[in-house]
Amino acid sequence: MTQESFSSRKQHETQEHAEQIQVSTTGQSAGVDDLLDEIDSVLESNAEEFVRGFVQKGGQ
Amino acid sequence: MSARRLVGLETEYGIIRPGMPKANATVLSAQIVDSYAQLVAQGDARVQGARWDYADESPLQDARGFAMDRAAAHPSQLTDVEPAQQEGIWTAESIALSGNDARIGSTLYQEKDTTDVVMNMVLGNGARLYVDHAHPEYSSPESTSPRAAVLWDQAGDEVMRRAAASAQALGGGQLLLYKNNTDNKSVSYGAHENYLVPRAVEFSDLVAGLTPFFVSRQIFCGAGRVGRGMLGERAEFQVSQRADFFEAEVGLETTINRPIINTRDEPHAVWDKYRRLHVIIGDANLGQVSTLLRVGTTNLVLSLIEAGLAPKLELEDPVAALQQISHDPSLKTAVRLRGGRRLTAIEIQREYLRAAQAYCAQRGIEDADTAEILQRWEGILDLLERDPMLAADQVDWIAKYRLVTSFADRHGLGLDDPRIGLMDLQWADLRQDKGLYYRLAARGAMQTLFTQEQVNQAVAAPPEDTRAYLRGMTLQRYAPYVIAANWDALTFAVPGARRVNRVFLSEPLGGSRKDVGRLFDANLEIDEFINKLAPRA
Repeated sequence: MTQESFSSRKQHETQEHAEQIQVSTTGQSAGVDDLLDEIDSVLESNAEEFVRGFVQKGGQ
Repeated sequence: MSARRLVGLETEYGIIRPGMPKANATVLSAQIVDSYAQLVAQGDARVQGARWDYADESPLQDARGFAMDRAAAHPSQLTDVEPAQQEGIWTAESIALSGNDARIGSTLYQEKDTTDVVMNMVLGNGARLYVDHAHPEYSSPESTSPRAAVLWDQAGDEVMRRAAASAQALGGGQLLLYKNNTDNKSVSYGAHENYLVPRAVEFSDLVAGLTPFFVSRQIFCGAGRVGRGMLGERAEFQVSQRADFFEAEVGLETTINRPIINTRDEPHAVWDKYRRLHVIIGDANLGQVSTLLRVGTTNLVLSLIEAGLAPKLELEDPVAALQQISHDPSLKTAVRLRGGRRLTAIEIQREYLRAAQAYCAQRGIEDADTAEILQRWEGILDLLERDPMLAADQVDWIAKYRLVTSFADRHGLGLDDPRIGLMDLQWADLRQDKGLYYRLAARGAMQTLFTQEQVNQAVAAPPEDTRAYLRGMTLQRYAPYVIAANWDALTFAVPGARRVNRVFLSEPLGGSRKDVGRLFDANLEIDEFINKLAPRA
């Protein structure tokens, strides 16, 4: 692979389709519904703050 | 040609101390490793692991009683002081300077009063547990089948869980570990795969054969991510945790300008015979089927490359293609090949699958591992083509995608809702009562290959058909005499001996149970053991 193909990356990024095609979510198993029924008791409280607090240092 | 190959998987885990976002990550990571070392030293988790029912809290209660005194004086547990005061104690740099050999013996297995912190150890199952920069890392023992690679990778998750529980029992506070690859705030950390490849294979052939495969395999082994870009600046779902952190096609780096094909050349084995292909592009998978597919299909593609039979596909821009595929959960995006042809990720994978099927059929290769991988590979591509959601019980990203989109639909939320971001993160929480992957798996919504009992056994015992057997069994039986260990050597200090004995394990398939099992069966004294071992290794 060459530098040449690497340098063409930007132009393809602009062509990229940003749209996310909604994938069918039919046929869900009961497991998902069960988990969602009790999700409030499973999720950490104060979602926004918890996510903000998840800060990692560099890795490989 | 087969789906069997010598493989080892490394995972760097995300780590936090809840409520202390500025806690020194290197110190937290050291606390994990040292807490596991203490667990081993006290209760010999290597041996007891197989019988240790983790739901039973009593082993931890015992540990708590034993360790509270020591904890007070233990530097690794001073994580409740301000980070500024800790900076001088340990930094990633000072750990890197401490070298690569795991120190065992004096720090781990002798009762003595010490403020040394164990940052790097080899476990009784042949794995390595250590602090890598700012993350605790588990590197699995070498195994030879895709299923075994999955099992000892899952064992690493269990080791980390036990380490975190030990740290808490020792009075070091709560540490949360995550098997993910980004904090969605610019940082990514890896889940690396290592494959043994004959050195005779041209590296340029590996690059050409692997690049389209690595760009597209995420469709069945991506871990899923809510967030676009290195900073996660847009709340959109994508297939891979890692895709947005890759910027180059081939290179040596692993932390900056990450390449799709990593050129690190450090075989940990006979140099002129082997190469260790170091793969940095994968996501860490909690799901067992995703891990199986990731390793098994890669083994088959490496075999195709070795036979000169890999499909000749050349992507026009591999890095862009990697991201285009990741950014489209419908899997309909087609990426450009040189010459203008366009293929979807599923179509690229089918080219590789067909080549592998043809070769195996022609040569009559039908070992159980190869047959399973070929069958699963075809099956998963068929499902993904019909509707990705049909593979939600097998593929990590799809399971996550189904969960977060169902939640969003139920409450009329966008993916930018903070609870969606939390679900993305908590998916990978290693606690089995909190991690959403585990909660889903407990409801039978994820296919699994191994039971918790089997995983516990793999925490305690090494694979039997590689040098990991000799390494792990030696640590189980003769740990007090082992002063250093790494992938390809064991160093012994025997009382009364004038010099240390270094035993090299340069042949990764040597030191198997078949080779050396009878030495362990014979229950030899240490000097006898080394004498019988030395000429062989």
